[in-house]
Amino acid sequence: MDQDNRIGDTLLEVKNISLSFGGVKALTDISFDIKEGEIRAIIGPNGAGKSSMLNVINGFYHPQEGEVWFRGKKRESMKPYQVARQGVARTFQNIALFKGMSTLDNLMTGCITHMKTNIFLQAIWKGPAEREELEFRERVEHIIDFLGIQAIRKTPVGRLPYGMQKRVELGRALAAQPKLLLLDEPMAGMNLEEKEDMSRFILDVNDEFGTTITLIEHDIGVVMDLSDRIVVLDYGCKLADGTPDVVRNDQAVIDAYLGVSHDD
Amino acid sequence: MADTPIETNKINNDLDTFPKLLLDHAKKRPNKDAIREKDLGIWQSWTWSKAAEEIAALANGLASLGFKRGDKLAIVGNNRPRLYWGMCSAQSLGGIPVPVYQDSVADEIQYVLDHSEVRFALVEDQEQVDKMLEIYDSCPAMETIIYDDPRGLRDYDKTHLYDFEKLQDIGREFAKENPDYFLQEVNKGSGEDIGIFLYTSGTTGKPKGVVMTNNNILITARNSVKFDNLTENEEIVSYLPMAWVGDHIFSYAQAYVTGFCVNCPESTETVATDLREIGPTYYFAPPRVFENILTTVTIRMHDASKLKQKMFNYFMGVAKKTGVDMLDGKQVTAKERFLYWLGNILVYGPLKNTMGFSRIRLAYTAGEAIGPEIFDFFRSLGINVKQLYGQTEAAVFITMQPDGEIFADTVGIPAPGVEVKVNDDGEVIYRGPGVFHSYYKNEESTKETKNEEGWVLTGDAGYFADNGHLKIIDRAKDVGKFVDGTMFAPKYIENKLKFFPHIKEVVAIGDGKDHCTAFINIDLEAVGNWAERNNVGYASYQELAGHEEVYKMMLESIEQVNKDLSTDSLMSKSQIHRFLILHKELDPDDGELTRTGKVRRRIVAEKYSVLIDALYNGSKDCYINTEVAFEDGRKGSIEATLRIQEAETYTPAPATKGAN
Repeated sequence: MDQDNRIGDTLLEVKNISLSFGGVKALTDISFDIKEGEIRAIIGPNGAGKSSMLNVINGFYHPQEGEVWFRGKKRESMKPYQVARQGVARTFQNIALFKGMSTLDNLMTGCITHMKTNIFLQAIWKGPAEREELEFRERVEHIIDFLGIQAIRKTPVGRLPYGMQKRVELGRALAAQPKLLLLDEPMAGMNLEEKEDMSRFILDVNDEFGTTITLIEHDIGVVMDLSDRIVVLDYGCKLADGTPDVVRNDQAVIDAYLGVSHDD
Repeated sequence: MADTPIETNKINNDLDTFPKLLLDHAKKRPNKDAIREKDLGIWQSWTWSKAAEEIAALANGLASLGFKRGDKLAIVGNNRPRLYWGMCSAQSLGGIPVPVYQDSVADEIQYVLDHSEVRFALVEDQEQVDKMLEIYDSCPAMETIIYDDPRGLRDYDKTHLYDFEKLQDIGREFAKENPDYFLQEVNKGSGEDIGIFLYTSGTTGKPKGVVMTNNNILITARNSVKFDNLTENEEIVSYLPMAWVGDHIFSYAQAYVTGFCVNCPESTETVATDLREIGPTYYFAPPRVFENILTTVTIRMHDASKLKQKMFNYFMGVAKKTGVDMLDGKQVTAKERFLYWLGNILVYGPLKNTMGFSRIRLAYTAGEAIGPEIFDFFRSLGINVKQLYGQTEAAVFITMQPDGEIFADTVGIPAPGVEVKVNDDGEVIYRGPGVFHSYYKNEESTKETKNEEGWVLTGDAGYFADNGHLKIIDRAKDVGKFVDGTMFAPKYIENKLKFFPHIKEVVAIGDGKDHCTAFINIDLEAVGNWAERNNVGYASYQELAGHEEVYKMMLESIEQVNKDLSTDSLMSKSQIHRFLILHKELDPDDGELTRTGKVRRRIVAEKYSVLIDALYNGSKDCYINTEVAFEDGRKGSIEATLRIQEAETYTPAPATKGAN
């Protein structure tokens, strides 16, 4: 694959982010960038601040210091749904689907950020509302085809096995047609086969739709294989940043993972 | 069968090839749906005239790549309209389609493609393209690979690869310059031409390429259409492998002969849903599919409320008594008729609807014996399930069951135009219009199987019952002898056991031994459900298979079969003395089953020789380590210590000599 061709300019940049909850410093002076079309991983031991970082990117947390630059513009403090409208979608560490709804309906909710018609038109479901829904349905059907989940189209999500739910969650994020897709531990709790499937989908999403992906993952093998560049966090600080090879040979990273005494 | 006029050797000269039939349908019924596929959640249809246009475009595309008469086009993938069109496109140019089982691993495909000197391959998706590229260098004749679904193939080296649609565009350009080429080529074709190579899955050795002429396939298809009064209004769902002769006849030949509509499911996992949506009028399935449906129904009824269970059981009793008789056109009383009518409203109708059989007019099963309970279950619901007996070399039909003469234990009377007899060795032989041309590049086997007068050996032992219907006992080469010389027909015993829903597969052993023993495979779905209802915990297939209670359940079934066998003077010797439950499912990927799901006895016997020894040396258990292949080709191993269970045997009932 031609890397230079696939990866473009900077899509999102975080500059000197610091975030604390009361006296607890979750993130300290973190800066890195995400380039268009790349697969970017954030790794680190438990409690390193990975999910907090993701929550900052999608606007759920507001850092006390630092700036987020998205598509060349400094982003003002926003609500998560406003960030979502800008083209940032995510999946969650603990699956957050609507358990009682079918796969299809869950995916349809992913389109909502793009909905232009208002609630009254939707209620009458005529003209533009109907056209819009048909358009969304077609988009969703393409995703169903893409993820190979035709057989569970009408199945309530709560009845699906865990690995399948993860796949549906990815589908819902894709339905929003994101510029930037944030995946919070997409492979947690999966068996080997499910991990292989999910890795395939992540690569395919990146390749087929050109979506920029940022993921948090504990399975280092998977991360090293999938990612173009990796940020390593530990205790809220950035330890290293670079290609898998660079990160793999970084002494600070090795120490963090193999464990050295932290009490001074 | 005398009252149906049959054309055996004559065929309408104008319509003796598939492309000619296609053009005929495009003229006669241009706006009737020819084929459908569920894609993006919607049934997409192509009419006969649209299909003809697509096929011509593809054929012209192939022609522009240098596809000549006699060239072979491999077809690998699930049932998709474009793959069926590929067959007809190749035939339009005088070429030969070679469908290949889509789940075969690269090595198996390599043998077939190399043996048949395939130059072109039409494949479904990335998975199949990968296989093709893997074997590309070991198939010297191979040139071009055409793929239907471009997903994931964007960054592939396109030197030998063509996108289906792009090739059609090339074909349309080609047609502008050579407007008459397609028709000229179609008109050059004749019924005598080789129409298709069908590779047999082969229970032993390498697959053999069965060469069929257009006449073989089309005359057989016409005869069978007439036999069952099939019309252009049938709807079928084609979900069985395209490489299998049955699919070639049912989804391709009969559709081209009558003009009926073929429906391709959305994916292999959605077949059940798609079946419900289409509601086919004509249906084909091997016995195991009917078994699975019945198992699912039984399991779901166990989970239903008491009231529903009562209603179901009562009306199934009614159906059992009257349903089959009504289907066979026999007299039933007014009260029975009323109860059946009521049952139809309350139970049979809704049940058929969930199974997708609401509109079904005719269903066939073949390939293996079907359990009488299963057979009667469907027939009692008013579903006209019939058996047929056939093989690839006969273009399917050797015997068929005419309406009103349906028996579970026999396979019917000779199909129209086919002569059937039993030779001196007790082997069933036949000849007829569907008899294959030859085995490709294998004259020796051709001569062994087909004699100069056109009689073909089936390899099956059988006899005609008193009512003139053929009864098949077993594969002739599998019929063995115990040490004392009594006949041992493993299939007969295995089938009896397989009719129990919790038993998936059985291998009976006894040839050259002094008594019979068996390996059992549990049916994970049925036994798993039983475990759930009875609070039996298990973590793996292996653990469930070795569970004491499961052994007890199997023992009961075996003793019931033993009791049954003891009443049959010919078979009483075949009672099962000892058995064990295998720790893994027999699997085609491990070479233990054929791709069509038949046991390869020789391989099983070799692989599990330790277990067979243990069955005969009186030990209580046996350790075994088996190598298994995963779907992606990697290997692993499973080890287990299997318990061997003794079963009660019964002394034969005194001297009631059964007829044969």
